[in-house]
Amino acid sequence: MRFLLIEDNRQLAEAVVDRLKLDGHVVDHAGDLETAWDFAATTDYDLILLDIMLPDGDGRSFLARHRERQSRTPVIVLTARSEVSDRVGILDLGADDYMIKPIDFSELEARCRAVLRRRGGAARNLIALGDASFDSLSGTLKVAGKDIQLRTRELRLFEVFSAAPGQIFSKSALVDRLFSYDEEVSENAIEVYVGRLRRHLQGSSVKITTVRGLGYKLELA
Amino acid sequence: MSGPFIKGSIRRRLLLSLLAGAAVLTVIVYLVMQSVARQVAEESQDNVLTASALSILDSARSAGGLVHVDLPYAALSMLDSVTDERVFYAIRLGEEFLSGYADLPAAEGSRPTAPAFRSTTFLGEEVRIATVRRSVSTDLGQKWLTVSVAQTLAGKKRTLARFNRTSLGIGAGFFLVSVLLSAVISRSATQPLHRLTASVSRRGPTDLRPVAAPVPSEMAPLVSSLNSLMARLRTSLSRSEDFIAEAAHRVRTPLAIVRTKAEVALRRSGDDATRAALREMIHAIDDSSRTAGQLLDHAMVTFRLDTLLREKIDLAQLTRDSIKRLHPLSDMKEIDIAAGRMDSVTVQGDAILLQNALQNVFDNAVKYTPNGARVTVDVSATARGARIDIRDTGPGFPATEMARITERFQRGENAEGVVGSGLGLTIVREVVEAHGGQMTLSNNPGGGACVTLQFPQS
Repeated sequence: MRFLLIEDNRQLAEAVVDRLKLDGHVVDHAGDLETAWDFAATTDYDLILLDIMLPDGDGRSFLARHRERQSRTPVIVLTARSEVSDRVGILDLGADDYMIKPIDFSELEARCRAVLRRRGGAARNLIALGDASFDSLSGTLKVAGKDIQLRTRELRLFEVFSAAPGQIFSKSALVDRLFSYDEEVSENAIEVYVGRLRRHLQGSSVKITTVRGLGYKLELA
Repeated sequence: MSGPFIKGSIRRRLLLSLLAGAAVLTVIVYLVMQSVARQVAEESQDNVLTASALSILDSARSAGGLVHVDLPYAALSMLDSVTDERVFYAIRLGEEFLSGYADLPAAEGSRPTAPAFRSTTFLGEEVRIATVRRSVSTDLGQKWLTVSVAQTLAGKKRTLARFNRTSLGIGAGFFLVSVLLSAVISRSATQPLHRLTASVSRRGPTDLRPVAAPVPSEMAPLVSSLNSLMARLRTSLSRSEDFIAEAAHRVRTPLAIVRTKAEVALRRSGDDATRAALREMIHAIDDSSRTAGQLLDHAMVTFRLDTLLREKIDLAQLTRDSIKRLHPLSDMKEIDIAAGRMDSVTVQGDAILLQNALQNVFDNAVKYTPNGARVTVDVSATARGARIDIRDTGPGFPATEMARITERFQRGENAEGVVGSGLGLTIVREVVEAHGGQMTLSNNPGGGACVTLQFPQS
């Protein structure tokens, strides 16, 4: 997906860009409103992440102008906590959601998905995988002509595999992707979700295979 | 808040001044009336005395060098007919006493055209004397014929006393009317003050607009200084809000950077020991940034509680919104958070604070409940108001911790390993209590925690 990040703190922006790139997203970073406008006017983004306090103005003015242009690109506002009292105004101005800094990236992922799903079909991510296909936005897996609705963790796990078929993922790496950091989860929990995905994929050429001692990988056969 | 230091009352002072003025006026009027009455009484007595004396004088004839005086009956009867006054007279020709009371003195200074009067004591009684004279011809040439008529003053005094009583009555009446008028005037004079007070105290707690209602010119300085005080208050309020926002930004942004970098490092690292260390780092960062966030939340809540808004809030709608916002997060843990019974009920209060409180309860429920658990939220109308029950299927509150758990920084024992500062429930309790409500913690009969927020009728 293509993101526009509007954030004036360079270090934070770099970290966020790095982090989003890890998930395979393309991210443009604007440090002020003017740059943000240049980007927004020339590129079609799937999602805009907007900071409120910017050196050359208020992020809300960007929001208002963005909506005036009738752009359908969803906007998630990033705020410091005390600005939460402004959230009514933020949502009224047309923001799709807001998040409080520091950003929890699994939360950001979850909120992005929810926002994009609500916007509906603006950016359908239909991936063909062998004889199956996967829509990460709606979280549906199509196997042998049948739509299967994945639950949250199954969906996230399958996203990880489908982004890099053939790559081996260790159990601990998968735990990092599936569970938030405040949860104490044993690595065996992954087996439960891998098991569920395998059941869903029955009857398809797509397989999740165990690489002994290393982890799992997706095979398209 | 302590009351103002009260010294004196404008209304009482105005009333007292008006009453003092009225009293002085009453006394003056009374004295003037009395002196006028005395004068009028004296004048009318003088006129009668003069008429009587003149009629005696007129009856005097000079014939053949002798002077005859026929005392006309009417001359004296006109004096004593009405009252029981005693009447005296004396007729003198030159120095020679002719008739009447020889001792009766004459009033000095009479001229042929004008009578003279004097008040004196005669035979032990106060009398008024009128003296008239005219020139008559006698054997010894032209001589002054002097007639003095006197009347006692007892009757006149009685009349005056009666009049005094009347004028005392009038004075008292005048004073009473003044008292009433003063009361009315002082009340109406302080009316604009009461109106101003009412218009200021009727305001909402965050209404810091200048007073726009018309006021009399005397109150203009007061109102304009009140307005400038409110303007300063407005500035300082928004400044402290800015300060909180700035502090939040400064504390949390570095934390955000560190956390993000740690997460990136975690994703890139293949070494299990490093990964474990990074996980612990992220955990600690989350802990401290959540603590900072809740402290700021708490500051924000305290700040907003000082000037609690009183809007009408649809509790069910507010709850639904909060649940909706939580969905992405609860989905991550595959926790099913569901709106149960949703009665339509309104409470008076600050929507942002209530939402913050609800979010804190929900966050707790999601945080302390294991994967795949269920959280149910019920909003119900009760006889005394409204209540929200948030039930989860987690481990529940340990019985010994119930009371302590809501205190600041007191975490429940079973919260081991779960990020949270313990401020959450403190914030919830403070918000609910500021709305006149009550937070109670209990455990469901079938296990799991239940947080109940009760609100009074709006």
